[in-house]
Amino acid sequence: MEKSQKKIKVLIAKPGLDGHNRGAKVVARALRDAGMEVIYTGLRQTPEMIAEAALQEDVDVIGLSILSGAHMALAPKILEEINNTGLEGVKIFLGGIIPEEDKPKLKELGVHGIYGPGTSTKTIASDIRKASS
Amino acid sequence: MTSVAEILKGDRLAISRLLTEIENGTSEGKRTLNELFPHTGKAHIVGITGAPGTGKSTLVNRLAYEYRHPSRDRPPLSVAVVAVDPTSPFSGGAVLGDRIRMRDVAGDPGVFIRSMASRGSLGGLAQTTAGLVQVFDAAGFEVILVETVGAGQAEVDIVDLAHTTLVLEAPGMGDDVQTIKAGILEIADILVVNKFDRPGAKNTLRFLKNMLRQFDPEERYELHHGQRSPFPDLPITESEKNKPGWDPPILTTIATSGEGVSELVERITNHRNFLLSSKRWSLKEERRIKREMDTMLQRELLIKWRDSTSSTLYQRTLKKLVKREISPQRAVQFLLEGDQ
Repeated sequence: MEKSQKKIKVLIAKPGLDGHNRGAKVVARALRDAGMEVIYTGLRQTPEMIAEAALQEDVDVIGLSILSGAHMALAPKILEEINNTGLEGVKIFLGGIIPEEDKPKLKELGVHGIYGPGTSTKTIASDIRKASS
Repeated sequence: MTSVAEILKGDRLAISRLLTEIENGTSEGKRTLNELFPHTGKAHIVGITGAPGTGKSTLVNRLAYEYRHPSRDRPPLSVAVVAVDPTSPFSGGAVLGDRIRMRDVAGDPGVFIRSMASRGSLGGLAQTTAGLVQVFDAAGFEVILVETVGAGQAEVDIVDLAHTTLVLEAPGMGDDVQTIKAGILEIADILVVNKFDRPGAKNTLRFLKNMLRQFDPEERYELHHGQRSPFPDLPITESEKNKPGWDPPILTTIATSGEGVSELVERITNHRNFLLSSKRWSLKEERRIKREMDTMLQRELLIKWRDSTSSTLYQRTLKKLVKREISPQRAVQFLLEGDQ
């Protein structure tokens, strides 16, 4: 009872302007079923909004869903904003349509994992668990 | 390591981390809360409850915006929001979606929104919601909006936490018999019919008005929560009994467009003034703190009892119970008084 009841907290956000939020919702639901607390922020989030939500919710993980092709513009900006909040150790995961050639660059920037269409939600959940332990 | 000084001056990262400590029930979190407690008691705590889909989050968003950018002659106030959503009873996980509706105040340093999962509590709040509210109170937030889990009929914990409780109704949620049942409608200091642009809204308003007419505001106040704690309340003095009560108003809003929200904030403020001028504020505070202590006392007693009872006795009793050799009543007797 009195032992610490630490739960993994995940922020799921969709930056940018594409309206395809089905993937984000599927992942949110799957992580819920994996016992995590998922804060779902919905569509059209700016990097500032994402960083602010991460700060207020003190999340362990941020999952970004980008299907617009704007990931190379958005990801660095989001990472920078999160750094500015002073939060430490927040792991960023990215899902959506990400071309192979962009992946090394994104990893280098500090994106922890990248998932394309067809990824099993179990894989995502277990990667998040590993990353936040 | 959270420093009390950082919280008191409103450092957002320190606040956020402390909230996590408290949610997780760590000793660090508890210690800091102990130190913060003398700095609490200033904020106006406003509860927002109602069935799922009545528009609680959307209204909270509008309320926060109205507090920040008053459309009438009011000073802007800083606002903290604690939004509770249910935890899955199966996985222990949760999807907290209240933030989706709270975009209008994004980027405002005078607003802090925190989502929390109920983590197994059934009364519409989480066990640690009161603790989170105390942190925001100590950090100097002037208004704290607490949005409960989408509530049915009996999730009335919010009255023990909030100074002012708003109960939201939306059109098309059942006939007038629903309005005479005990529970959630009774706890309202202000009733709000949201989605007033929807068909049937006028009927809902009429049902609620009829229900309220049958209330005696005096009685309602003194018997507010029924017997919810096994420990006796502080006695109410005769002079307190004779003070005029609050007649809960019914307001109509369309949260999506903001219609009626300015008026609602006006009434919430009136309720606060009523509580302060009639000394109900301190009476409410007394009871609120007492209930918090009682809840904690019950929890700790249970833990203490469990730690002092052999688990073999528990298992043995449970086995007998499952085989229906003894009744639940007898089982409890065995556990508390030993197997004689």
